[in-house]
Amino acid sequence: MSDMPAEIEALIDVPQYDEVGEFPVERGYIWTSCASVENGNPLFWDDAVADEVTGGPIAPPSMISNWFRPHYWAPGRDVQPMPLQVHFDLKDKLGLPEAVMSDNTVTYYEPVRVGDVLSTCQRLRSVSAEKTTKLGTGRFWVIDVEYRNQRGDLVGIESWTGFGYKREQAA
Amino acid sequence: MNTATTTATRTIADVSVGDELPPLTYDVTATTVVVGALATRDWRPQHHDYAFATQRNGVQDIFLNSPNQAAWLERYVTDWSGARGRLGKLGFRMLDSIFPGDTMVFHGTVTSVETDKAGCGWAGIEVKVAVGDRLCTTATARIALPSTPDDNPWQRRGKEWTP
Repeated sequence: MSDMPAEIEALIDVPQYDEVGEFPVERGYIWTSCASVENGNPLFWDDAVADEVTGGPIAPPSMISNWFRPHYWAPGRDVQPMPLQVHFDLKDKLGLPEAVMSDNTVTYYEPVRVGDVLSTCQRLRSVSAEKTTKLGTGRFWVIDVEYRNQRGDLVGIESWTGFGYKREQAA
Repeated sequence: MNTATTTATRTIADVSVGDELPPLTYDVTATTVVVGALATRDWRPQHHDYAFATQRNGVQDIFLNSPNQAAWLERYVTDWSGARGRLGKLGFRMLDSIFPGDTMVFHGTVTSVETDKAGCGWAGIEVKVAVGDRLCTTATARIALPSTPDDNPWQRRGKEWTP
């Protein structure tokens, strides 16, 4: 018999936190990102190569989550939105004050193109039974973040594995 | 020290399990860390504020953030593949932090080579990022490579693209 709270079970595979990116995919940020790691891939710097290989300029796949990180400041905003809100919800609902993210894997589908406006949602995929590790006692969970373009095409799925836990009390 | 990606085509026939990617060595500075954080829109202070990193986080300095490490890993793998190489999947785990003053070294090994039912060639690559004897990040990448010199994985859509 499962020891999982029904409230958590009910969230498995349910899309949450639908969100549209605050700004369209733009080249300035693509060049800034490439410059930060000295990425000379001509797909991102040479329009003739981009036209030939990818049918026009695209963003580096690894930038996929960048398009959802909020501006540092925006008029009228009082609270900074939290990325991966499902993770923080789980900590709260399960009473697990500490958490670490252990693994991150992204699967890439349609290329992200300059001018795209992406949308995203988060899905809780699984929550383990209680386990004890060297960090403490808690649960592992897997959260998928799904990204789509304005045409509804899937552009990527980012999968996070987290472990929420309570520290062991000193004897 | 650094290589530049070219349009040269590395096909799946050119690749074998056990092949080593050329290592990439890079001297990390505070600027590397801060530019990387800003390029990934990561405003958290441990990636630009020395006092916060040392006093609040208890680490020795500001350190490279996760999304910027993903960008480094993409750059490393596509430097090797060439522009027609199309990343299908990238996963990584950070074991230790990378700080200003560190010289990080990327090593990559081809761990699998296959052609899927749609005729797309795939290479699996294991990457390790180390600073001296300290293993900082491990990663796996699955990247599509042209099956022939005329093939272009970027043109694959729908059932033809199974990353």
